[in-house]
Amino acid sequence: MRAFPLTRSLDKGSSIFLALLATFAIAVPLLNMLVPATSPIHVSTYLVALFGKYICYAMLALSIDLIWGYAGILSLGHGAFFALGGYAMGMYLMRQIGTRGVYANPVLPDFMVSLNWQELPFYWYGFNHFAYAALMIFLAPGLLAFVFGWFAFRSRVTGVYLSIITQAMTYALMLGFFRNNFGFGGNNGLTDFKDILGFNVQAEGTRNGFLVISCIALAVSFLICRTIVTSKFGKVLIAIRDAEARTRFLGYRVEAYKLFVFTLSACMAGVAGALYVPQVGIINPSEFAPANSIEAVIWVAVGGRGTLSGAVLGAFVVNYAKTFFTTGWLAPYWLFVLGGLFIAVTLLLPRGIVGTFQHWHKRRADEKLFALPASAPHAAE
Amino acid sequence: MEPKTTSALLYLDGVTVSFDGFKALNELSFVIEPREMRAIIGPNGAGKTTMMDVITGKTRPDSGDVYFEQGSYDLSKLDETEIAELGIGRKFQKPTVFDMHSVEDNLMLALKNDRRVRATLMWENTPAQQDRVDGLLDTIRLESVRSRVAGSLSHGQKQWLEIGMLLAQEPKLLLVDEPVAGMTDAETLQTAELLKQINRDKTVVVVEHDMAFVRELGVKVTCLHEGSVLAEGSIDQVSTNDRVVEVYLGR
Repeated sequence: MRAFPLTRSLDKGSSIFLALLATFAIAVPLLNMLVPATSPIHVSTYLVALFGKYICYAMLALSIDLIWGYAGILSLGHGAFFALGGYAMGMYLMRQIGTRGVYANPVLPDFMVSLNWQELPFYWYGFNHFAYAALMIFLAPGLLAFVFGWFAFRSRVTGVYLSIITQAMTYALMLGFFRNNFGFGGNNGLTDFKDILGFNVQAEGTRNGFLVISCIALAVSFLICRTIVTSKFGKVLIAIRDAEARTRFLGYRVEAYKLFVFTLSACMAGVAGALYVPQVGIINPSEFAPANSIEAVIWVAVGGRGTLSGAVLGAFVVNYAKTFFTTGWLAPYWLFVLGGLFIAVTLLLPRGIVGTFQHWHKRRADEKLFALPASAPHAAE
Repeated sequence: MEPKTTSALLYLDGVTVSFDGFKALNELSFVIEPREMRAIIGPNGAGKTTMMDVITGKTRPDSGDVYFEQGSYDLSKLDETEIAELGIGRKFQKPTVFDMHSVEDNLMLALKNDRRVRATLMWENTPAQQDRVDGLLDTIRLESVRSRVAGSLSHGQKQWLEIGMLLAQEPKLLLVDEPVAGMTDAETLQTAELLKQINRDKTVVVVEHDMAFVRELGVKVTCLHEGSVLAEGSIDQVSTNDRVVEVYLGR
């Protein structure tokens, strides 16, 4: 008999998380569109866009938690996959501008015209079709992760060394994308987007649509992650994280497990990036900056490594704090706050917010269990 | 690979491994027959762990032959995963179990099964597999702690769990590195019983320092020194051998 994996992956905590996410996805657009702007519970369009951005960050954090929290792969270059997905979406959006650009060239984006390019580079072909762009959103980060992972995991590069080469990877990509002759708009990146699938990217309705779609994508990613980590595959990942040699001697092909989950995680990060770009209206090489990837790891650490919902919470908490501290007179102190936060979490909450809560909750449950007469413990099995 | 004609389950001939000029194994040769239990003793640095590393594919020999199953597999050309799949299980010197998994999950992960990514993604528990796990829990005497996380077990219990995980793989050959290190006397005796029970249908190689334990096992003993065999025979023969006494007690 085969139980549908969903019943296994949806425990109480996950159900609460998904219910909260659904409430958020419904409430925010409603409070934005139906409640008059004068009301105290009105959500401004600025906030809708901001929340949409947070949801994309949360998805990036989720993808990092899947590999770091469960398989022990600390990628400090996951921003690269996020940015690649973003660029794939950006290329589609550029092609949609068409004759509305400054130079009104029907095929070439403005930056190519200003570089005196006569024709579209081959790797821009097909990006006028949304379906092709959608495919590339998965394929570009996925393929890079597959090739990178194939070499790294086969050569048994682990720990700090792996983290360092992921940093090098994203840094190298950043340098490449900064160059004008790379054909991705150089320093300025891709911007001035007009519409997506016929909808104006700036319009209020579209912004609410982005938020809802981002929430759905986050929910789907969360379910995929839960299904994976609650399967036997997930148990093997944890085994690899805690005792890699033991797992190998048990006959598991460790590199195949790592490669699968790393590639999947990169695809997830790519989708997050693709949803992020139309909401912020620009993608440029600074998204590849190593610091971005490190910041995303901090979100996961703050929320709780290896908890999935913690990664989402961490992305929200840290980014909200960032928004709060980088606007107004506190702006110069943001980096101190971020550094302080990381130190505080490492020292005081090594399990992160959700991790600490789960630990405390489990301890209480255990105490209850052991308080019962000695005959009881196995009744639950 | 050229098939080797030998009746032995495990066949080592002239195996040499050196690290930066230091010869951890020096022309090491011995054979283990099917269903045999062998104890390997030797002072620190005699090459016991390196020998295990060579057999399980962690270390490649510089020269020499390592064959498995009547000479049908050349172990020096395979990696850890392939060797594990052939049926060689290894217990580490320091008990290595998956601390964050329950005792039951530890055994479930070790159970002989399809180890590929797809198979583990689709895996579902079956009554037959559960029966195997229950049987193993009984053998290693850990039924009462089956749902506890392995990290919370005592040292001795971890050693047994690791032996249970080895059994779960249904190996033909078990390599057991210092199974009674850090155990109480009662636990040591129980472990000797457990290994004898396992030896009824499996071949076992035990590396051990504890002479009382080796005597308790009552099997053929091989004494290693500086990477090669110094003496071989019953525990009484080996422990009265002049060279062995000299090596163990110093000159």
